[in-house]
Amino acid sequence: MRKPLKKYKHHQFSSPDKYGYYGEFGGAFIPEMLHANVENLRKNYLKIAGTKKFKTAFNKLLKDFVGRPTPLFYAENLSREFGTNIYLKREDLCHTGAHKINNTVGQILIAEALGKKRIIAETGAGQHGVATATVCALKGLECIVYMGEKDIERQAPNVARMKMLGAKVVPARSGSKTLKDATNEAIRDWINNSEDTHYIIGSVVGPHPYPDMVARFQSVISKEIKKQLKKQTGSELPTHVIACVGGGSNAAGTFYHFAEDKNVQLIAVEAAGCGVDSGMSAATTQLGSVGVLHGSKSLLMQTADGQVTEPHSISAGLDYPGIGPMHANLYKTKRATFLNITDYEALDAAFHLSKTEGIIPALETAHAFAALHKLTFKKEDVVVINLSGRGDKDLSTYMKSAQFLNNE
Amino acid sequence: MNNTLTQLFLQKKERILNVYCTAGFPALDSTVKIIEALQQAGADIIEIGMPYSDPLADGPVIQQSNLKALQNGMTISLLFEQLQQVKKKVTIPLILMGYYNPVMQYGLQKFCEDAAAAGTAGIILPDLPTYEYEKMYKSIFEKNGLSFIFLITPQTSEARIRQADKLSSGFLYAVSSSATTGGSASMNDKVGYFAKLQFMKLKNPLLIGFGINNADDFDTVCKYASGAVVGSAYIKAIAHVDDEVATTEKFVKNIKG
Repeated sequence: MRKPLKKYKHHQFSSPDKYGYYGEFGGAFIPEMLHANVENLRKNYLKIAGTKKFKTAFNKLLKDFVGRPTPLFYAENLSREFGTNIYLKREDLCHTGAHKINNTVGQILIAEALGKKRIIAETGAGQHGVATATVCALKGLECIVYMGEKDIERQAPNVARMKMLGAKVVPARSGSKTLKDATNEAIRDWINNSEDTHYIIGSVVGPHPYPDMVARFQSVISKEIKKQLKKQTGSELPTHVIACVGGGSNAAGTFYHFAEDKNVQLIAVEAAGCGVDSGMSAATTQLGSVGVLHGSKSLLMQTADGQVTEPHSISAGLDYPGIGPMHANLYKTKRATFLNITDYEALDAAFHLSKTEGIIPALETAHAFAALHKLTFKKEDVVVINLSGRGDKDLSTYMKSAQFLNNE
Repeated sequence: MNNTLTQLFLQKKERILNVYCTAGFPALDSTVKIIEALQQAGADIIEIGMPYSDPLADGPVIQQSNLKALQNGMTISLLFEQLQQVKKKVTIPLILMGYYNPVMQYGLQKFCEDAAAAGTAGIILPDLPTYEYEKMYKSIFEKNGLSFIFLITPQTSEARIRQADKLSSGFLYAVSSSATTGGSASMNDKVGYFAKLQFMKLKNPLLIGFGINNADDFDTVCKYASGAVVGSAYIKAIAHVDDEVATTEKFVKNIKG
């Protein structure tokens, strides 16, 4: 039996204050042109999500359309290798292949309740774009997805899926042509189409209430982990939860119901790219400083003059120069441990997981698995890794790198 | 508040032309030349954009000018140096427009001190919310004699317009439509909104901006407000010319009629 847990103050880490702040991070730094829409959302998101009608529709879609609950799988081979107990939360088995759809199902119901007819989204790896296109097809709403030109090239299968689902994919050609720029373009679209449009942000970033709203919709991940662990181990609490972090939506959902329990170690894994000091990295907590991007105050990779710098990661979903305000606070307060994994280490982990457990993970997710090598575990520890997405979209990258990794 | 901007509005009540330029565009040393040319040509206020990598509220024309200016090497420190050079020659009010993050990194207190020392009279930071402004920064702007100017849009509620009016000094910036900068919507379609603002008897004079492209637009909005802000149209005009001074002269004459 484990000793009773020390608890933090209620919702100290998982929820913001009424102004949208997690400690010093968050808020709503938006131009007036966005105010009416963001304020409308802020006033109504909890109200709408609290109605019986919403809850019934949300739970039904999560069960029958998304396929929840996703399994919690005891990974026997990995557990043996690392001398501990490793469980995988199988978000890769969600409809569309990643956790992203938990949030889009929630937000499409919010958009419907607000009477919006047109949906816009940004996407990096394309998983959020596909998840948005999917719920728009289901609800018969117009869908426009902004995607960096560079990401359109490296995530071609997801672009094809979005198109097949009826979405319009618009290339973002400014800046680094990746997720940051796709987000800029989506925000500009929202400024120009404020009356009829809802913007489905895919991560726990953006102005308040987005980080909180997205975290709440993703929190089903940790809610299920608790229930499933209780059944499988007798205790609902693990010793470690591990998730990769770009903006941080899958990590927010994985940490959410454990954040206030001091004895659960939260491990966030960022993309080091070619190495934290290489100048080609996306490890925001290591390289960033306090700044404002996309409507919230958080940690941000930037020059001394406050210009946002271009990140690098082999994984399009982690190739973002910021991090959600909830995670910035977890980092600053040392509530979570932040590790970082290089492109090479992530690729290696993806091949290893494929061969040991028969699961091909997304490149983003592979970063969380590579972190196992940077941690030490006791035999009795219970480690949960959020397997946030499947790797079909990354096959061409995997095949190209196979020769370098001697895995042919 | 008493500065060159508030003085201007005491002396002049109508057809005030505020022209926006991006610092360091089209060339790094263009700013000084352009300020002198705009003053010479008859602009009443010059709004100098501090370039930013992610200008969310801007359309393609001003985005491009920001990108070019950053590639040219423009920074806030360099802009202040350039403004020092031209300070003695400039009699019309200069105001600075930019996004909050570069200002935050410069340090807001130091920014206000240096902006005042460089001879500017007002600041526009569209993504600094009223909540943060009131709580933390209002006194710093005021102590340095700088007007802070808030934006309102056709979607801003009456209560919020009153709040923005109360917190602003110099003028209130009315955005003509809910859009990014550089739109092409007809000003004649917006007169209902302008008339509503005129009827509200606000404390501050109003300048209307976003999508003011020519003399007709300027004449239309001047019936309802103290004047207008012209940005993208001017940036477009000077983007690819050899003689910025002559182009500026012609541009301002065309708008003012």
